[in-house]
Amino acid sequence: MSENDARSLLLPFVTLGNEAFWRGGREGKLFISRCTCCERWIHPPSPICPSCLAADVRPTACSGLGTIWSFSVAAHQFHPAYPTPYVLAVVRLDEQDDLRIFGVLRGSSIDDVRIGLRVRVNFREVSNVFLIEFLSEVMST
Amino acid sequence: VRAEESAIIAGIGQSKLSRHVPVDPLSLTIESAMAAIFDAGLTPNDIDGVSCQPGLIGDMPGMSPVSIGEVRDALDLKLSWYTGAREGPGHLVAIFNACAAIAAGLANNVLCFRTVLESTGRAGLPAAVTTASSVVGRDQYSIPLGAVSAASRAAMFAQRYMFEYGLTREQLGLVSINARRNAGLNAKAIYRDPLDLDTYLNARQISSPFCLYDCDVPIDGSVAFVLSRRERTADIDHPAVGIAAIGSALADAHSWTQRREFLSMGSHDSASMMWRRTDLKPTDVDVVQLYDGFSIFPILWLEALGFVGRGEAGQFLEAGHHFLSGRLPMNTSGGQLAEGRLHGLGLLHEACVQLRGTAGERQVPLAEVAVVATGGGPDGGCLTLTKGIR
Repeated sequence: MSENDARSLLLPFVTLGNEAFWRGGREGKLFISRCTCCERWIHPPSPICPSCLAADVRPTACSGLGTIWSFSVAAHQFHPAYPTPYVLAVVRLDEQDDLRIFGVLRGSSIDDVRIGLRVRVNFREVSNVFLIEFLSEVMST
Repeated sequence: VRAEESAIIAGIGQSKLSRHVPVDPLSLTIESAMAAIFDAGLTPNDIDGVSCQPGLIGDMPGMSPVSIGEVRDALDLKLSWYTGAREGPGHLVAIFNACAAIAAGLANNVLCFRTVLESTGRAGLPAAVTTASSVVGRDQYSIPLGAVSAASRAAMFAQRYMFEYGLTREQLGLVSINARRNAGLNAKAIYRDPLDLDTYLNARQISSPFCLYDCDVPIDGSVAFVLSRRERTADIDHPAVGIAAIGSALADAHSWTQRREFLSMGSHDSASMMWRRTDLKPTDVDVVQLYDGFSIFPILWLEALGFVGRGEAGQFLEAGHHFLSGRLPMNTSGGQLAEGRLHGLGLLHEACVQLRGTAGERQVPLAEVAVVATGGGPDGGCLTLTKGIR
């Protein structure tokens, strides 16, 4: 990817509150907020647990494993920095039923993508942000 | 007193709708606003409130290029209250806020307008994304992760719905086919030719399962409304549109992915609220205008509003119940898929036209109760409207 493309990627506004989520990839880990009191996983990052209102919520490394909950093959190119086709997925992480995050699926043939496919997290660094992507477990092992 | 009982929709106006023709957004706005003000039997001197959604937007050219201030200055309005805000339960929040302001005594005659320049105003620019240098708020957990377009985000609902309930592309296509059929009876609609199933199925892919005709049409245009005190009902020379109930709720995650029920949206919270606020029932509704930014959204709204049971929308469409001749005519102007995208308020305009009985060839006979519901994803709001006040 050229430097021009990198500059025009749409990147998050990184703050103290979400830094672990966006930069955890430096350690190869996906950090999700977790309540230390009721142990609920919370996404997006939050300073308070919406279930028990405990304020001791900490970025916690998760397994990075999950299954494809839904997906779309992006065909029309909406933005010059996002060449198509690519597969966008919503992945349900193993840690909790309603813990679902977006990510691009890499390294799989578009024809092989289906709901229920096992995936693991992968990171792509752009300007000190570690974008979350996924790789098929089948293809990558 | 409930806010919606205090107000009526007294006047409506819509500019010419177009694509690829140079137009001035302020001129379009004045055209629709003046039409709505005169339609309400008023002059600009009588307008003392303005309520808009999303207000002026600078980082998405064409999305909302006219400010309340510009309209005030153009018509020299004497305002006691005005607001234009991006956050809220969908596009109809402009109407909800107008009702609230009237009920609270902050204004008597409130102008609501929505102007878009998404055809010419965004030509050559990356479509559907912000030009801002970084993404803030909830969007930063979708857009930077590859969900660059609204099409991709909405596609997640469609793919999952198909997986869980067996909805077919053929059934989904009946939303778009219906839109084109109805647009054929609407002289202002952008795409008026019929759409056949083969053309629908073989159109180029946008973001699977969506192809071209699953996505609505960016246009240039403006639509406006005047809400007045209920007491003015007798002063206008056409049926007032009464507001039986507002649905403006959000009771679960404001997120594309994190609601407990993935296939629910803000729409489901708002629909529940709306039915709690009226004695009217889904079976009383004569015509519906459901947000069709993407073809899956009317399907989710049909379920949210209780017109069909969970997973039953496909059969409902297949039976043709949503056609003009069916038991629940839907998106009678052609909606955003064919008339063009006025971000929800075009659908409200059509609901008013139907209740006033002036829809001509596409008029639903004896239309007395309409539901208009807009938004898709985290934000959604809805209204039950009646011919006259009850």
